[in-house]
Amino acid sequence: MSEVTFREAVRMALRESMHADERVFLMGEDVGRYGGSYACSMGLLEEFGEARIRDTPLSESGFVGAGIGAALVGMKPIVEVMTVNFSLLALDQIINNAATLRHMSGGQVNVPVVIRMSTGAGKQLAAQHSHSWEAFYTHVPGLKVLSPATVVDARGMLLAALDDPDPVVIFEHSGLYNMKGEMPEPPPAVDLTHARVAREGTDVTLITHGGCLRRTTEAAAALAERGISAEVLDLRVLRPLDWNTVFESVAKTHRAVIVDEGWKSWGFSAEVSARIAEDAFWMLDAPVRRVAGVEVPIPYPTHLEQASIPQTAQVIAAALEVVGHG
Amino acid sequence: MGDFVMPSLGADMERGILNEWLVKPGDAVAKGDIIAVVETDKGAIEVEVWSAGVIEELCVDEGTDTPVGTVLARIRETENPASEPSAAATATPSPPPEPVATTPAPPAPAPSAPAEARGRVMASPWARHLAAERGVALTGVTGSGPLGAVLGRDVPAAAAKTAHPKPDKVDQLAAMRRAVAKAMARSKREIPHYYLGTDVDVTGALAWLARRNASVPPPERLLPAVIWLKAVAAAIRKVPQVNGFWQDDALRLSEPIHLGFAVSLRGGGLVAPALHDVDQRTPVELMRAMTDLVTRARRGRLRGAEMTDATLTVTSMGERGVERVDGVIYPPQVAIVGLGKVVERPWVVDGEVAVRKVMHVSLAGDHRAHDGHTGGLFLNALADALSAPEAL
Amino acid sequence: MTALPGRGHALHLLTQMVRIRRFEERCAELYSAGKIRGFLHLYIGEEAVATGALRALGPDDALLCTYREHGHALVRGVPMNKVMAEMFGKQEGCSRGRGGSMHLFDAEHRLYGGNAIVAGHLPLAVGMGLGDQMAGRQRVTACFFGEGAIAEGEFHESMNLAALWKLPVLFACENNGYAMGTALARSESQTALTVKAASYGMPAVSVDGMDVVAVETETRAIVDAIRAGGGPAFIEYKTYRFRAHSMFDAELYRDKAEVDEHRKRDPIPSFLRRMIAANTLTEEDLAHIEAKVAEELSEAVAFAEAGTWEPIEELTRDVYTEVGA
Ligand SMILES: Cc1ncc(C[n+]2csc(CCOP(=O)(O)OP(=O)(O)O)c2C)c(N)n1
Repeated sequence: MSEVTFREAVRMALRESMHADERVFLMGEDVGRYGGSYACSMGLLEEFGEARIRDTPLSESGFVGAGIGAALVGMKPIVEVMTVNFSLLALDQIINNAATLRHMSGGQVNVPVVIRMSTGAGKQLAAQHSHSWEAFYTHVPGLKVLSPATVVDARGMLLAALDDPDPVVIFEHSGLYNMKGEMPEPPPAVDLTHARVAREGTDVTLITHGGCLRRTTEAAAALAERGISAEVLDLRVLRPLDWNTVFESVAKTHRAVIVDEGWKSWGFSAEVSARIAEDAFWMLDAPVRRVAGVEVPIPYPTHLEQASIPQTAQVIAAALEVVGHG
Repeated sequence: MGDFVMPSLGADMERGILNEWLVKPGDAVAKGDIIAVVETDKGAIEVEVWSAGVIEELCVDEGTDTPVGTVLARIRETENPASEPSAAATATPSPPPEPVATTPAPPAPAPSAPAEARGRVMASPWARHLAAERGVALTGVTGSGPLGAVLGRDVPAAAAKTAHPKPDKVDQLAAMRRAVAKAMARSKREIPHYYLGTDVDVTGALAWLARRNASVPPPERLLPAVIWLKAVAAAIRKVPQVNGFWQDDALRLSEPIHLGFAVSLRGGGLVAPALHDVDQRTPVELMRAMTDLVTRARRGRLRGAEMTDATLTVTSMGERGVERVDGVIYPPQVAIVGLGKVVERPWVVDGEVAVRKVMHVSLAGDHRAHDGHTGGLFLNALADALSAPEAL
Repeated sequence: MTALPGRGHALHLLTQMVRIRRFEERCAELYSAGKIRGFLHLYIGEEAVATGALRALGPDDALLCTYREHGHALVRGVPMNKVMAEMFGKQEGCSRGRGGSMHLFDAEHRLYGGNAIVAGHLPLAVGMGLGDQMAGRQRVTACFFGEGAIAEGEFHESMNLAALWKLPVLFACENNGYAMGTALARSESQTALTVKAASYGMPAVSVDGMDVVAVETETRAIVDAIRAGGGPAFIEYKTYRFRAHSMFDAELYRDKAEVDEHRKRDPIPSFLRRMIAANTLTEEDLAHIEAKVAEELSEAVAFAEAGTWEPIEELTRDVYTEVGA
């Protein structure tokens, strides 16, 4: 057991996979000399050389598409897009190519590309650098979408994604890179099929993922002090989502609060809420509540930025409301 | 050549899944034969054929979801209209009977007790689910939720009675609930209900029944519900305006008397299939038909016609301990009769106060089809019939 | 050899460059103190570009910039107070605090940001030029971007559209040699940027961006041609940023020696030297300017400090236009 940061866990997976399989390579803006905009690939250029740690120009559509192409011919590319905001320039490649090629070809080709990107707000980067677009990608059949929230998943899910025959998009919340966590020895393999019960409880299910897990867990702890037992689900895999675990938990607690940084309307939380209403309706003892992004492009000043994304206090308030202590 | 099409088994049915064919090409079928099982919102329903002949072709595979009106099979018609529909229907082997709940009249399609007459009971889905599972009427439950809503935790406390077995699928229940919701919402939207009610002394009727049951072998014994239904049929004969349908802005009276009769299903949900020709059958026949119907309803094997052709519905809340029920009319019917619990009451008989067995009977009528005057005549006729059970 | 400016003109150029330099140095300090947050991209070393180039624009011309735009905003005439308040996120800022360092806007001065998606504003410039052309206005739209943007599809799409429709757009490329940590030669197969630009069929020139006089002269010539109806043009300013890409940058991608080499060409002292040699300016002029700028700056900081936070109740303001408001 050792303590590592989320960033180090990502780097562990990058190194392990590059050592294990020579088809694996990393490309993206400033992944080499600069060491990655969030320093995940620091030192890897020296270790693996320019051919496998490829700095790209500012050409998101071009190099993401190139990753898809390389995957088509048997490589295992890891494409890093600095932030999800810039991935919008590559949306065409990801959605019209990566997600469709297998299907359009009648199953003849597959696209084992892994696309990593940072996501989320909290660093006062204002309206063009702070958004969470998980909803865009989870909307698309053909993509697998991951949202690691722990150091074990940061490493393990990247490795599992590389073993997956289909395109995988990994969201790394920028607020997590410095987070420390215990990494068991040897580091464990993880699956891409299950949600994780991060904390067991009986009164209300708090459903979240990625960057919101920390605040949600804090909320659960605060609720416990008030005698309310909250179960926390870390969804981990956003698509295909492990609905069984969600429904089982709701069947136990009969109440659900969804916490997601993306905008509420038409968002990721909207789908989770709709599915619970559709398929676990008879289990509900209270309306589903969502703590999600406010409908505003994220502003620069910290008080407004924080007001536009989920806060621990809001999670607590929503949970209290559904358990009837509001 | 006749076409056998996906039948419309209810105003709200738009499509159905052809679950099972009970015939194959070359088979001869008589009018009224059950030739297929169709899955609908309301459960699996056996559907009968309306012409006689030989099955030429089955046009739809089992498991296909098809819109109402789609041709399911082609039938080469024969000249012989020999068999009577009812004979054909009776000829069908009915599944082995299952133990039936002691009473044949669980909650009606639209029970609404006085407490909720002003609005529906507020209850969470989980509470409704638990209540249906345990056979608890939400009406009587004190809610601890917001605005007094009944929550899941409130139900076990209220569940005095034994639970029904757990439903295997939430989905089925949801579909059933949706179907009921649709019909009831339509009723409340479209039908201007009027409500009448009166208490009827049924001491004589019950005494007569007890005497009669004591004198016959068990298979011929009757439940009070049979008497109530016969009495309703007798009252309809006197006041036929309550028996029929409101269609195309007109009241269409029905000659046959098919009484809809609510059956609650295991794990919640309910259907109100029809007992056919209640006035024509003897009480013993009726008792058998009722037992058969409950069994088949619970096995999901009702016939199409049974689902749609009730001409008036009777809802009884007596078994739920409810003294009075004002029903919601099942469209396109134009009335629903509500029967409450039989209670002992001080009652004036020949100028003296005596303890009598009294049942509240109500009528909810469609004001478009008839008026309170008609409803009053009907209730009087019903009270009369109940006081002379031998005549039934 | 370009003609040297007269005294008043020279004082102006020096003043603007010193304003930018001192403003940004103070910003770096305030960033370290936590007063300014988010990304802070400093323009130090590149001051001659905005200072010289913007003199070629008229007050009606439009200006679009990147996230490295403090200098452009100051030279354009946005009051330093408002710029500093924006850096703080105060509602007295030029973008009411909503944008911060990367999104300085001032519609009155026709400054359309502060754009932080690399190359994302180039198509906007094309559209603004199109609007002016269709309305028959003689305005020019100047769009500043780093050389990193040239790798984006939006650069090529915009260049083509502007040239195809002969739009009054100046594509102003501030080539400081690096896009974050990526040197030009590592991101472009053709490093001669004017060759790329010229392939779209528009005039393309390159100028020493450390020489404020050359910047102004070349830009004026090319803007005049655009205004005369010559269609779009491309200008490359060869410059160098002395500091990190933003405040978080270990600068692993370049040598200190390389930076030191470029510092020798610092546009401010070199301009002053030339002006002193030409007897146009004196050291005292600089001292005088420094004093005035120091005063302006401390006032701007005080203004920003005294500024107020927008109430949280107004969080969702300006998501849509409030009709009648
Ligand atoms: C589309 C997009 N991709 C990546 C980034 C991240 N990023 C911000 S600035 C920058 C470098 C840009 O370099 P350049 O255009 O040369 O301008 P400079 O910063 O040198 O002024 C990068 C990669 C971004 N903001 N937008």
